[in-house]
Amino acid sequence: MSTFLGMPRGRVPGPPADPAVGQLTGDRPFPAAARSALGNSRLRANLAHATSTIRAKRAAVVEEVPDWEALREAGSAIKAATMARLPELLEQLEANVVARGGQVHWARDAAEANAVVTDLVRTTGADEVVKVKSMATAEIGLNEALEAAGITALETDLAELIVQLAGDKPSHILVPAIHRGRAEIREIFAQRMPGVDTGALTDEPAVLAAAARAHLREAFLRARVAVSGANFAVADTGTLTVVESEGNGRMCLTLPQTLITVMGVEKVVPTWSDLEVFLQLLPRSSTGERMNPYTSTWTGVTPGDGPSEFHLVLLDNGRSRALADEAGRSALHCIRCSACLNVCPVYERTGGHAYGSVYPGPIGAVLTPQLTGLTGGDDPNDSLPYASSLCGACYDVCPVKINIPELLVQLRAEHTEAHAEKHRLPTPEAAAMRAAAWVMRDADRFAAAGRAATVARRGIRKGKPVLPLPPPLNGWTASRDVPAPPAETFRDWWSRTRGARS
Amino acid sequence: MRIALFVTCLGDVLFPDVGKATVAVLEGLGHEVVFPAEQTCCGQMHTNTGYQHDAVGLVRHHVEVFEQALADGCEAVVAPSGSCAGSVRHQHAMLARRAGNEALATRAEVVAARTYELSELLVDVLGVTDVGASYPHRVTYHPTCHSLRMLRVGDRPLQLLRHVRGIDLVELPAADSCCGFGGTFSVKNADTSTAMLADKMTAVLGTGAEVVTAGDASCLMHIGGGLSRLRTGVRPVHLAEILASRS
Repeated sequence: MSTFLGMPRGRVPGPPADPAVGQLTGDRPFPAAARSALGNSRLRANLAHATSTIRAKRAAVVEEVPDWEALREAGSAIKAATMARLPELLEQLEANVVARGGQVHWARDAAEANAVVTDLVRTTGADEVVKVKSMATAEIGLNEALEAAGITALETDLAELIVQLAGDKPSHILVPAIHRGRAEIREIFAQRMPGVDTGALTDEPAVLAAAARAHLREAFLRARVAVSGANFAVADTGTLTVVESEGNGRMCLTLPQTLITVMGVEKVVPTWSDLEVFLQLLPRSSTGERMNPYTSTWTGVTPGDGPSEFHLVLLDNGRSRALADEAGRSALHCIRCSACLNVCPVYERTGGHAYGSVYPGPIGAVLTPQLTGLTGGDDPNDSLPYASSLCGACYDVCPVKINIPELLVQLRAEHTEAHAEKHRLPTPEAAAMRAAAWVMRDADRFAAAGRAATVARRGIRKGKPVLPLPPPLNGWTASRDVPAPPAETFRDWWSRTRGARS
Repeated sequence: MRIALFVTCLGDVLFPDVGKATVAVLEGLGHEVVFPAEQTCCGQMHTNTGYQHDAVGLVRHHVEVFEQALADGCEAVVAPSGSCAGSVRHQHAMLARRAGNEALATRAEVVAARTYELSELLVDVLGVTDVGASYPHRVTYHPTCHSLRMLRVGDRPLQLLRHVRGIDLVELPAADSCCGFGGTFSVKNADTSTAMLADKMTAVLGTGAEVVTAGDASCLMHIGGGLSRLRTGVRPVHLAEILASRS
């Protein structure tokens, strides 16, 4: 892909990495991973409870905003306008961060970003960093990269800490431990949290939170380096923003001497008045709160107040690639609220791990394959656009009106077209679709096919075909009966009874 | 009014009673129904499975057939399916445009603007909520995803059902949740689809209804296929069939 829309030229030594690398691909296609997840009764119960609770909270707080639809329109328009001049805005952001005493680093992919952060931490001499919950650093696998360099990364978001202690992977963008119940969390703390008083530890949320607080407080006071992501960056002042609920992020952002922020390039917004729109949309969409408890903003460094050193790492990792796709680029408008996950009937049943990527759910199913690229083959991410019934619930709740169902349909076409480009022989599915389209382009052929189906009714007994159907059609008969075709198609009935009249 | 029936490929081949019922309801209200015999399929299966090139051929065919019907004096096209009407209204022009065929896109928009799902046609265009039906059964209504979120039919089907004599209409819990059909999703992701279906069936069975109804034969084929496999005794009946009933 030659288009180079995302990052300004001259900031990096070459074109962006293509495709993206990082924690974006699972080891199995979605249907196989989903099958395992669906059989996990505890996961199913936890997910059903958690998603329905957040759904109801979101619905209630969105309902009370009279201009919600106008806010969504504004959010969508600001994002589209931002993407249209991304390089310019990023350079403006860079200039303003530098003018206020920060340093800016450009990373084409996960490996470059990890190397930049690792070097920065090494320079400070620290062997431990505290982390603010961040999707970008999860995407690039920063914790693993730091660990390989002998640096311990300590997650301080409570749910992210649970996931880290368990050696688990996040399963939700906002609440990464959504798949865990409190009894499981108590077990994880008892076994893995250093210095925890296992005798006093119960599975009461307040007791668990207190244990985490004691554990984290020591780390905050000790840490010399913090790593964060960013929800937004305001180009015209060089201001970074992190939105959170617990205050642990605020601790990380203010106590250590050095702060390193890793941010996907699409997170920039032009001005503070643009930020205002998103700060209304985000909390109501994500946690179902009118306003999130902690909104931290910082601009460069301020002597005697907070970190004395600030580094901003601007990450591409496939974003230029996604931006080059006219149909798909709106997936980059995502503000990571996760409302689409909470309303998705597929996500609600499979959870996030089935998607393989750190970005699960409907937005993950459109964002991940665009970052890594569709191969047209058996790559697990090629299965993601199909991991949806196209019910449209995601589009209804998206605060920036990303038309996820339409993107899914478009990416399905890109998948089949990528296959057709690489192979001379069509897949059996493609051949069947072509044949069906040929039949359906002509009423006589279609009528003949319909009559053939009425004959096939003898092949169905008590809802089941007499001869077992081949894959993938046996996926239907595994759990559902087949309707017996009627003795006469509609068109034959019409022509028999009304033929003379029309 | 002269109305062209788009019976849909599924309705033609597998569920002709839905088309017959649609004709009966409209003729019962004094309208003329024509069935353009050249019609086949809206192409939604191809579009939603990733075969847009194949779908565009079907879009062209559909547009040719129904613009002729409109030219022949039909004032509206009706489909007893939210999903197929949704495909005509929300996908056809887009597909033509992506294929670089602006002329076809413009023609598709003309057909789309006159295409209605059955409950839309009855309530919005014909201004009817009482079609004179009688159906003495306990019924629950599942609003299909595309009628609800693509076409925004809202409570139009329920307005029609509430006027049916003798009906015992019971509310379906979590009604707006997808039944798990999703076209080829039901076979490509059969396990996840079945998990969604299981919850939908649980909701249906919890109402104590003997009949589950909807505006889409495809979703009903899915829900009904599950209910039949488990021998629940609950029947799927299309909205049009209830509205045509005079029992």
